[in-house]
Formats: sequence, structure tokens, C-alpha cells
Amino acid sequence: MSAVVQPHGHAAGGTAAHDGHDHHDHHGGYGGVMRWITTTNHKDIGTLYLWFSFIMFMTGGAMAMAIRLELFQPGIQFFNPDLFNQFTTMHGLIMVFGAIMPAFVGFANWQIPMMIGAPDMAFARLNNWSFWLLPFAASLLIISFFTPGGAPGVGWTLYAPLTVQMGVGMDLTIFAVHLLGMSSILGSINIITTILNMRAPGMTLMRMPLFCWTWLITAYLLVAAMPVLAGAVTMSLTDRHFGTSFFNAAGGGDPVLYQHIFWFFGHPEVYIIALPAFGVVSQVIPAFSRKPLFGYASMVYATSAIAILSFIVWAHHMYTVGMPVQGQLFFMYATTLIAVPTGVKVFNWVATMWKGSLTFETPMLFAIGFLFLFTLGGFTGLVLSLVPIDIQLHDTYYVVAHFHYVMVAGALFAAFAGVYFWLPKWTGKMYDETLGKWHFWLTMIFFNMIFFVQHFLGLAGMPRRIPDYPLIFETWNKISSIGAFGFGLSQLLFLYVVLKCIRSGEKSPALPWEGADSLEWTHLPTPAPYHSFETPPVLK
Amino acid sequence: MNTEQALSNNRMLTRLSIVAVAMFGFGFGLVPFYDHICRALGVNSMVEKNELPANTQVNPARTVTIELDANAHGMPWRFQPTVRHLQVHPGELVHVEYEVSNVRDSAMTGQAVVSYGPALAGRFVRKLDCFCFTQQTLAAGEKRIMPVTFVLDADLPADINTFTLSYTFFEVAGKS
Repeated sequence: MSAVVQPHGHAAGGTAAHDGHDHHDHHGGYGGVMRWITTTNHKDIGTLYLWFSFIMFMTGGAMAMAIRLELFQPGIQFFNPDLFNQFTTMHGLIMVFGAIMPAFVGFANWQIPMMIGAPDMAFARLNNWSFWLLPFAASLLIISFFTPGGAPGVGWTLYAPLTVQMGVGMDLTIFAVHLLGMSSILGSINIITTILNMRAPGMTLMRMPLFCWTWLITAYLLVAAMPVLAGAVTMSLTDRHFGTSFFNAAGGGDPVLYQHIFWFFGHPEVYIIALPAFGVVSQVIPAFSRKPLFGYASMVYATSAIAILSFIVWAHHMYTVGMPVQGQLFFMYATTLIAVPTGVKVFNWVATMWKGSLTFETPMLFAIGFLFLFTLGGFTGLVLSLVPIDIQLHDTYYVVAHFHYVMVAGALFAAFAGVYFWLPKWTGKMYDETLGKWHFWLTMIFFNMIFFVQHFLGLAGMPRRIPDYPLIFETWNKISSIGAFGFGLSQLLFLYVVLKCIRSGEKSPALPWEGADSLEWTHLPTPAPYHSFETPPVLK
Repeated sequence: MNTEQALSNNRMLTRLSIVAVAMFGFGFGLVPFYDHICRALGVNSMVEKNELPANTQVNPARTVTIELDANAHGMPWRFQPTVRHLQVHPGELVHVEYEVSNVRDSAMTGQAVVSYGPALAGRFVRKLDCFCFTQQTLAAGEKRIMPVTFVLDADLPADINTFTLSYTFFEVAGKS
């Protein structure tokens, strides 16, 4: 791609495509808080998503600290088991729907229009609404703690029949899930339309940066899967208040039916979280290897294959519900099949680094950390996909360790890589590289301290979601808890690094990463102007 | 954004919204879908529903009268069945009770011995529980209700229509 750096979007392109729209100033005429409430600018909304996600990350993280505090030693020390269950439930819901998903929607908002040469998202006002649903959903989740009976303590999966028995906090959670679902569906429709309709001339689908590809496929997954979750929680709601018996066995319903419907959403959800992370890593690794991504086309096909397979493996989360053996075999084979496209991706990332001119700035460190730990999480996933082993390990800390390797070391590490990678583009300033590296190493060490030992706990039979445990599990739990406190504190360092960068970072060069080659680096100044690509860029 | 592009975007918005609404419906569609597919394939019947273990040995066409009898041989015990006779179907589980009381002012031990009338019917009585399986020690003035649970085998010869179950208590000497 040519390295023609356009000056400010306004100055360059006030011609044909500019009828009627007149941007009086950068921020739509409002200042202060109103700027953020009324903004329709994809960069503003991306920023909102990212800050919201960080606040939720700290909130869910505080609950994780509470959980690890209680588990520091055997016995009941700080929280009664009810509150403990509420913490595990809300930690899961907030981290999945409040922290990880909005973080990647934030990246999508910032990056996709710049990467495909579009002036903004396809539906700018809808975009504003998608974001502003989120704070209300988060408030409902938090308020549920203060209702009679407290927040639901049913686990983030919201399994029936417990959900039918909970107090009013459950209703608030159901409505929160509705709002979160609506937000993601609207966001996804926006992303799909932007990618399919708004690409600059010459930006064919197969020339898009892989981040756009993974998000396109993720957005389709969201449109297909989120409504099913909305349906499942709606059924719980009508079971609670309107006399239906979808899941209530006393009225002829079936609690196992809930699990089938939930996991029909739940497994695609795993890839909804993982695929954008794959996208970020697929931008970062080539940039710091100074080589194009190895096997671009195979990456696209592997991503699609993972997305399709994700819809036919849901019952591997429920091997123990009493399935016929033919069912278990089908879901076991289908699940192990996912290892093939995932293996293709891991192979391609490693092959991208092979014989590259590697440098190890913070984004690359997080990307390699992702590659290493996500692969470990993938392997334990392969172990859990096998019926005879899963029946033994079901609902133990082995499962907890497995999905935190995928969700934290996978998605969160990729998000950190993305933030460090694009922060200079967004702010025009460099973050403190030394502190960034400190953040990486502290995060890396404490992460493994928390979760590696949980494999041992799980193999030894410690069940998840229980506030107490026998004495024999004490040592590993202590190590895990100390790791958790360290991990939590290290994230304050991340906040400091970002704030320091925004306030007093050194000015970033136009192209801080010499290997980065997507449009936002090659065709836009640093920092990216408030309105970019109002005239489509010229692509060779 | 020109109008052509806006139109095309709106078309896409409509289509994707329809997909989202359809998937919401699909979630509800899964309810009858699972019901039908599990019924058709029988995959939900790992444990047969409503198949409580049933006694298939009962012969309801036949009724046998059981007469209960009780004696205490040379013992100051008052011993009698709570009902004198009852009607049962062969193969049915029968539960009867006897009442015994020690009218003497000291403890005493006895052992009940059974006899059947007609005697050949004895081998068709399958006893699951009986006070005659163990010695009974009663304190002075103690009163006790004692069970017998048995099944009259369905192979009971057809000419036996009345059957007597009789117990006699004997003192177990040397025990008090």
C-alpha cells in the first residue's frame, strides 16, 4: 500500500462526497459531558467503550479479589456463602458482558473505519445508542446487590431452576442481559454494514486487515447468538412471573432444556470473545516481526471454520446431564475438530515470527504472552473436550483455570496488546515503554500464579463456586490468592501508564511501529484526526 | 455519506434486524424442537419414565382367607392377633400384627413357633419379617405389637382357599 499521508480530512476532501454535512467544529457543537452523551463520532464512541470496559474490569476485578480473599484459607472468613455466590455470578457476568466484549467493540469503533478507509461507522446515531445502553445495564447489575435477597447467586450461566427461585435481583439481571444483548446486536449490525458497505474503493474483502475480518465474523456470531440468550432469559422471566413452565419441572418443563438453549448461545460467545482478540494479535505480531501475516487467506478460512463449528458443539458444556452416548460422541468429535482451525491460526502466528526481525515492545510482549498462554488454554480445552475426562473434571477448578487461560490470557492480553499498539495513534503520544514492560511482566507472572496452580486444585478434585474447601487444598489456594492480589494491583499500573501517556507522554512519531502497514498508519497522520477519510483514500 | 450509500446501509440494517428477530424466535423454537426430537429418537429415556417397579406376581382373580391364631404354651402371656382373619390375593405383600403382653411381675423370655394349617401350605409362605425370627423378652407388665410380613406364593395349590397361620409362644428357660 502506498504511504501517502493525507493531511487533515477536512482540508483534503471538501468536494463531491461532502454534500450537506457541515462539521462546524470537532465535537458537534457541545462541550463537556454533553459532548460525550451526544457524540456520534466513532472515535469518541470507541473511547467511551474502552473506558467503560476498564471501569467494569476494575469492578469485576474487585469481586474476584473478594472471592480470592475468602478462598485464601479454609473455612468461612469474610463473606457468607450467599454473598460469595453473588460475587462469583456478578464477576462472571460483568467480566464477560461488561469488560471484555465492550473492550473489543471499542477497538472495532476506533479501528474499523480507519482500517477500511471509511469516514465513520455506517449508523452513527445507532452507534451512540448502542454504547449508552451499557451504563444502564451495568447499573442494573450493581443495583441488584442492594435488593432484598441480593444479586442472583446462580452462576453467570443463570441456570434454571435456580433462576426461577431467586429474588428481585434476578429480574434486574434478566433486564440487564436484555439491554446488553440489544447493545451488542445493534453494535454488530453497525459493524457488518460498515465493513460490507463502506470500504474504500480498492479495499477488497481479502485485502482487509485481519482485525476487520475477525470482527466481521464475530458480528455475525453476535447477531445469531445473542438473541437466543435473550430468548432464554425471557423464558426464565415468564417462568418467574407469568405462569409458564419452560424450565420448571413442577409444571412439565425441563431444566436441562435451559442448558441446551443457553449453551447454544454460550459456545459461540466463547468465540465472540476470542475472535476479535485473534484479530488484534494478527495486527500486532506482523508489525513487530516486520513481515506480512503468514497465511492470510488460511487465517480468514480458519476464522470462518471456527465460527461455523462453534454452533454445533454446545453440549460439550453439559456432558454430565445424562446424554445418550451417541450425543456425547458427536459433541466430543465436533469439539476436538475445532483444534484444527485453531491450530492453523497458532501455526500462522508462529510462522509470521519465524525469521522475522523481531523487537519486543510492550504490544509484542502481550501478543507473545497471548500466543503462549492461549495455546495452553486451548490444550486444556482439548483435554476437557474428551467425555471420560470431562466427567471427572466437570465443575472443578481445572475448568476455572482452563477458561481463564482463554478469557484472560487470551482476550485480555490481546486487549492490552491492542491498547499499547494503538495508543500512539489515538493520542499522538507515546506511553512509557519501561512501565509498559513492567505491566506486562507483573501481569504475566501473577496471572500464572493465580491460574496455573488451579489446574492442580481441579485435578485433585476441588469444586468451583464453593466458598470453603478441605485443608489439603490450602497451599495452592494461598498461592492463587496472593497471585490474584498482585494481578489486581498490577492493573492500577496499567491505568497509570495510560493516564501518563495521555497527559504527559512524549510526542509519538507519525509511524511509531515501522512494521505496521494498515491504513490508519499509512494514510493518516498521528494522532488520527477527529474526522478521517471523509474522502476515501487512494489504494493501489 | 451519499443517499445511495445510506439506502444500501438501511437495507442491510433491515435484513440484519430480521435475522436477529428470527434468532430470538429460534430460541423459542428450540423448545418444541427438543421435545419432538427427544421423543422421536427416544434420547430422553435413559431412565424409563413412570416405570416404577411393579409386582407382576399378584393373582387378583383368586382370594384366599387367612385366619390368624395365637397361643401361649404354659406362659402367663396374653397373646393375640390384632385381626382374626383377612382376605388376600396370592402374590400380594401381607402385613399383619400380633399383640403380646406379659402379665407377670417379672421379665420373661419367649420364643414363638409357627404352625400352618394345612401343613403343606407352609412352604408357599415367603416370610420377609417375623417376630418369630428372634426371642422376645418382655419386662414385667410390658405390652408389645409385633409384625409379620409375608407373601403367599402364587403357586399355592388351587384347593387351598382358607389358610391358618398359628403361633405358639414357649418360655425360654434360664432367661429372665
